[in-house]
Amino acid sequence: MRGVDLDVMAGEKLGIVGESGSGKSLTVLSVLRLLPDPPVRLLGGSITYAGQDLAAMDEKQLASVRGKEIAMVYQDPMSSLNPLLRVSTQIIETMSAHGVPKDTARRRCREVLHQVGMADPDRVAVAFPHELSGGMLQRVMIAMAVAVSPRVLIADEPTTALDVTIQRQILDLVEALHETSGMAVVWVTHDLGVVAQFVDRVLVMYAGRIVERASTAQLFSRPAHPYTKALIGTLPRDGAAHRSALVQIGGQPPDPARLGQGCPFRDRCPIAVDRCAHEEPPLLPAGEDSVAACWRVEG
Amino acid sequence: MVMQVARRVSSMIVTLFGVSIIIFLILRLLPGNEVTASLGVSAGLLSRAQLAALDRYYGIGQPFYAQYGSWLGSVLTGNLGVSLASRTSVASLVGAALPVTLELAIAAMLIGEVIGVVFGVLGALRPAKLLDDVGQGISVFGLAVPTFVIGTGLVTFLASVFHYFPSSQGFVSITVNPWLNIQQIFFPALTLGLGIGAAVMRSTRTAMLEVIGLNFARTARGKGLSRRTVVWKHLLLAALVPIVTMSGIQLGYLLGGTVVVEDIFVLPGLGRLLLTSIDNRDFAVVQSVTLIYAAGFVFVNMLVDLLYTWIDPRTRA
Ligand code: SF4
Repeated sequence: MRGVDLDVMAGEKLGIVGESGSGKSLTVLSVLRLLPDPPVRLLGGSITYAGQDLAAMDEKQLASVRGKEIAMVYQDPMSSLNPLLRVSTQIIETMSAHGVPKDTARRRCREVLHQVGMADPDRVAVAFPHELSGGMLQRVMIAMAVAVSPRVLIADEPTTALDVTIQRQILDLVEALHETSGMAVVWVTHDLGVVAQFVDRVLVMYAGRIVERASTAQLFSRPAHPYTKALIGTLPRDGAAHRSALVQIGGQPPDPARLGQGCPFRDRCPIAVDRCAHEEPPLLPAGEDSVAACWRVEG
Repeated sequence: MVMQVARRVSSMIVTLFGVSIIIFLILRLLPGNEVTASLGVSAGLLSRAQLAALDRYYGIGQPFYAQYGSWLGSVLTGNLGVSLASRTSVASLVGAALPVTLELAIAAMLIGEVIGVVFGVLGALRPAKLLDDVGQGISVFGLAVPTFVIGTGLVTFLASVFHYFPSSQGFVSITVNPWLNIQQIFFPALTLGLGIGAAVMRSTRTAMLEVIGLNFARTARGKGLSRRTVVWKHLLLAALVPIVTMSGIQLGYLLGGTVVVEDIFVLPGLGRLLLTSIDNRDFAVVQSVTLIYAAGFVFVNMLVDLLYTWIDPRTRA
């Protein structure tokens, strides 16, 4: 990871977009320091939450932020819950860890399960994870995440493992929870389409770096970075709404671990110039709420 | 669950029935019988007619199936027969010896599980750090050195260096003098516990390393659970099936181990009863005690299977 500064404003919906391998999941996992320590390290970039440096916290302090202030929903709901514990146990222990008394927690558990659209919260509560479908499990994960009313909900590609109709429902659910609770939502996805409908602001990531940051409206009307343009180009247009008709971006994303100097996108960039091979562009102003890491942006 | 228990119990009965036949037959293959063993060389002085009379008196002359039938019948009614060597009922001999062996086995198991699970878990959390190395050291030692060597070494060491030999005053039951009883049981239990701990530690460490990187562990940390809860609740629970399996296997070995250790530490348990009875060709005792060991073994296996179902809801039909 290089110089990834992630700032989320209270109550906003932020999208983080990128191909797989762009480091978007690693970025959000590193926020709560959930990465296995040796393989991935943060280079530069700071993780601050409400003025506190999360990277400098000890495990104990961090535990009071995890779940309580910032909650996460992960990619694969099937493997994200402990298979040996009942759903209610796992939701209630989350609340207990943050000081909620047992009987309040039990009541709240039922309440949140209902809130995430479970027709029969009591049955789901006593179920073991293997007895529920992927969509149900992701709802359980979301219920568990919102049970302690976090201020930020980070959703790391929560719908990739689910089928399309369920994806939509999960998206609507999170939207609804956002509306009622006012918590900020960070939605990580490779699907620019999701971003378009759902978030206020977008970070585009490429090879472990942020290459563009802009409001959603700006991003779609005036994309600044060539990579963003290419991504938008791959979206299905009206009339050609089939996945098979997608335009692919040529070339492969580079391995972030073996980048030399220069712009990481240069091998795939249609407008690269000499300078791109030697110097890596910083984030440059590219318009009213927009910055992009490209030498050729026109501010 | 009830069905499952019923199924296991019935298969346990069938197994024990088979085991009883094998025990019975093997014992008859030993040269000599109660009479020759108890009379020793003087048996040679008896005439054939006298021997035959004694055989008839003790029921030895009967055909095997009749002997087996009468043994089985008495086992089923809870009457284990009479020890010909000591002229007391087998039931009373067993009744005195069984608690000693049970106490030893439970203590050894506790020591083994504590050593094994604690070092296994802590070692997996910080592989190749000091605690892990200590654990691995104990584990190699416990696996490589046989029980009788550890036991003999421990007895010799305690006796020669500290002139400490708790069993010299004769075994005391825990209800009579708990403190002396614990001293008497501790070292034999430690002897057995080291081997168990070594094996359990291996399984625990491996199982923990396997689950430590799984997604649900990340979820558990990510929702703000304390490290202690994540490790000792979520991870250990997920690692429990292989640990229980290994513990079950070890408990099986342990039953054999008690025989050796009781002999070394002079504990009046089932194992010593078994050894002296074999010397005396006291078949009534030998076959009953062996059957009790077998029952213990089968019972442990059943327990392990039921534990699986209890731990892992996915195995519940
Ligand atoms: S800096 Fe150069 S290579 Fe990189 S995106 Fe801009 S134009 Fe393309």
